Amino acid sequence: MNSTFAQWMIVVGLLFDLMGTIGLVRLPDVYNRLQAATKSVTLGTCMILLGLLAEHGVDALGVKALLCTMFILLTSPVGAHAIARGAHISGVRLWEKSVGDAYLDDRTREQTGEADAQTEAS
Amino acid sequence: MSLIAFAVTVLVVASFLCLYRIGKGPTAPDRIVAIDILGTLIVGFCAVVALQTGLDYYVNIAIAWALLSFIGTLALAKYLEGRSFHE
Repeated sequence: MNSTFAQWMIVVGLLFDLMGTIGLVRLPDVYNRLQAATKSVTLGTCMILLGLLAEHGVDALGVKALLCTMFILLTSPVGAHAIARGAHISGVRLWEKSVGDAYLDDRTREQTGEADAQTEAS
Repeated sequence: MSLIAFAVTVLVVASFLCLYRIGKGPTAPDRIVAIDILGTLIVGFCAVVALQTGLDYYVNIAIAWALLSFIGTLALAKYLEGRSFHE
């Protein structure tokens, strides 16, 4: 396979990794850090693994690198969603300059809706 | 500067930024996010080592590490839901 293409993919993936971790340090609250770091580090690591596939072609190492790419693409958003949900439920507040909290609105609407249903039933 | 030296330098710098967030992070979810990201970075590090050495079992290590990191993240997030952190 084309080695220069593989090297460029690995370099771009490494730069995405570095940008993601800089976002993890610099951004103001946990939700901003989560969305910056998870997306760019997932893309960066997947590009490193696909560069490994492009360097080696379809042999044992390349196919396992492709398998690992698909696994990371499936599991990383699930983990990030679980962390964000747990952080919101455990009461971590948003940054004070955030403009809206749609999940909090949904949860309060669900709770008041359930309360209304209970009063109507009784 | 060769590709492998550049890759190892970038990944070590990124890992130390994650360790800074694990040590400083004001709340528990910050630390859990940084642990998750550090696991993904180590998968990339295993890929770079496999590229340098040409041995295919380093990719097996990367797959196993991604699996364990995912399970650990889910367990920590589940722990976070059952507990409140009022500052």
